[in-house]
Amino acid sequence: MSTEALRIVWIYPDLLSTYGDRGNMLILAARAHARGIPVETIEVRSDQRLPDSADLYLIGGGEDGPQALASQRLNTDGGLHRAVARGSVVFAVCAGYQLLGASFFAKGASFPGLNLLDLYSDRGPSRAVGELHGTIDPRLGLPPLSGFENHGGRTHLGPGVSPLAQVTTGIGNDGTSEGAWRGNLLGTYSHGPALSRNPAMADLLLRWATGASYLPPLDDTWADRLRHERQVAVAP
Amino acid sequence: MPLRAKVASSVSRTAAALSRAAGRGDGSVIGGWIGLKIDPELLTHLAAGRSVALISGTNGKTTTTKLTVAALEGVGRVATNAFGANMPTGHTSALAKAGATPYAVLEVDEHYLARVLEETRPRAVALLNLSRDQLDRAKEVAMMAQMWREALANHPDVHVVANADDPMVTWAAMRSPAVTWFSAGQRWHDDSWVCPECGGAIERAGGDWRCTNCPLRRPRPHWVVEEDGVVDPTGAWHQVKLQLPGTVNIGNAATALAVAAQFGVRPADAVLRLSSVTSVAGRYAQVERDGRLIRLLLAKNPASWLEAFDMAEAAPTLLSINARDPDGLDTSWLFDVDFSPLYGRRVLITGDRAYDLAVRLQVNGIPFEHVTTFADALEAVPPGRLEVIANYTAFQDIRAELDRVN
Repeated sequence: MSTEALRIVWIYPDLLSTYGDRGNMLILAARAHARGIPVETIEVRSDQRLPDSADLYLIGGGEDGPQALASQRLNTDGGLHRAVARGSVVFAVCAGYQLLGASFFAKGASFPGLNLLDLYSDRGPSRAVGELHGTIDPRLGLPPLSGFENHGGRTHLGPGVSPLAQVTTGIGNDGTSEGAWRGNLLGTYSHGPALSRNPAMADLLLRWATGASYLPPLDDTWADRLRHERQVAVAP
Repeated sequence: MPLRAKVASSVSRTAAALSRAAGRGDGSVIGGWIGLKIDPELLTHLAAGRSVALISGTNGKTTTTKLTVAALEGVGRVATNAFGANMPTGHTSALAKAGATPYAVLEVDEHYLARVLEETRPRAVALLNLSRDQLDRAKEVAMMAQMWREALANHPDVHVVANADDPMVTWAAMRSPAVTWFSAGQRWHDDSWVCPECGGAIERAGGDWRCTNCPLRRPRPHWVVEEDGVVDPTGAWHQVKLQLPGTVNIGNAATALAVAAQFGVRPADAVLRLSSVTSVAGRYAQVERDGRLIRLLLAKNPASWLEAFDMAEAAPTLLSINARDPDGLDTSWLFDVDFSPLYGRRVLITGDRAYDLAVRLQVNGIPFEHVTTFADALEAVPPGRLEVIANYTAFQDIRAELDRVN
């Protein structure tokens, strides 16, 4: 963690902010705040330089054009790559998740990604829209993933990453696995926004970013009710 | 009108009447659907010979349509799709039902603007705004602006009345030969930070905006909302006395006056007629029940929630959220809305997706109470004003509890 406060950077909200993506930043800040951890949230627009010294970076979803533009600008800027090399945490959703890979498909063509995760994305046979649930990689120690997805892409994982979850409802990467992670980098197709339905995942990111091995629990009654309600809604 | 169109029109009216008689709704979709089956060009035939205005945009369509009808009724009879059935079936049904009228004012779903332009050959089209709405099935904002731009390019003869405060609308309309620009202020900016022309950053200062990278900038508006009135292109200010709340409705009134001016109606004459509009398909309706004065506000997407907060008085407020098909299944937009204007008010929540709302309000730091029914909400608040803000089907549910108030 930086010396004075936990610094959370939301990357390019002007380009990538579609499905309540601001929520992930608000939730992380609120949960850190509730533990007495000072937080600084920074929204960096695509015409600004990306600071490379923050603790946690967020990338949201977006349309094809802005996604391609964001990739080009992030590769030119280089700030995120330096931050990742320093060990910063990255949490990426949907188009932002695709960006972390080697390439993605937008506007009918393949674009180079940021090459931070060993994966690539192409166009699927149909748009994946609906509830997305799955069992999360046990090494992460999290309860099942609960979310909503809306994307046209399919993502193929290489040996350098692990799937975030095995899909029980929805499509995710390819109908079988969903999302990916390696070290402090985590990507998912789930929005809702993702962390509103998965508070334990928010706390995992906070532990990664602060280095704390334990965070005191918070009252998650409403989030638990929401998770339960969604679980019942998708049950066969 | 060709014989086939006459038959189609007559069958369409009958089917709509049968549907109403059978209690199947207002018949405004089924009648048009059958009419178009018999004669696919029925809408074209029904529109021929009328002076038509189209009203489209993400928010404010129904209200602006109703205000425009009120403004035009001073000069002649007006056909309109008052039930909010805003796709070609609804237009067909409305025109068939109205019989011959000199004027028609039609609310048009954003996705259907190209087709309805083609089929109704309007004299004027009003473009209100574009923002995110039901993204699980609707087109994204930039794509919608592109569709509008292409549609208008095929109709250079149409007079466009467009919102100068919305960069996406401006870009869609600016190539048209005849544009009247209006300015009504815009609270929601989160779908227009990126220039639709070049991808540069849009910069805003006060009410003005411009692209930092290309010449796209806010056009000088001809009609401007000022205080509780509207300044017309001659510089004259007209007080707008509405029975509808909120600054946004003064903006809708300005748009209605600008459209009416294209039909030769002077704003000084039209403005008085606007106060005849009291509620719009239950929206803004006020109902008294057990000593509670209930006002219904519909808010379907982030931009319209911001406007609803502006309209609601500082009174106990019930928020109701569903995510059924007409609402869109995705509730993530709740996090695009900043609920802090509700801070300090007593907030109750209900609806199918109340838990999504609960988590959102918790993150927003706003205390709330969860109630499972509308009746429980009424019981929980003291006599006096109760503001109700709900999204589409949640609104209809509560409206049904209040005996389909209009």
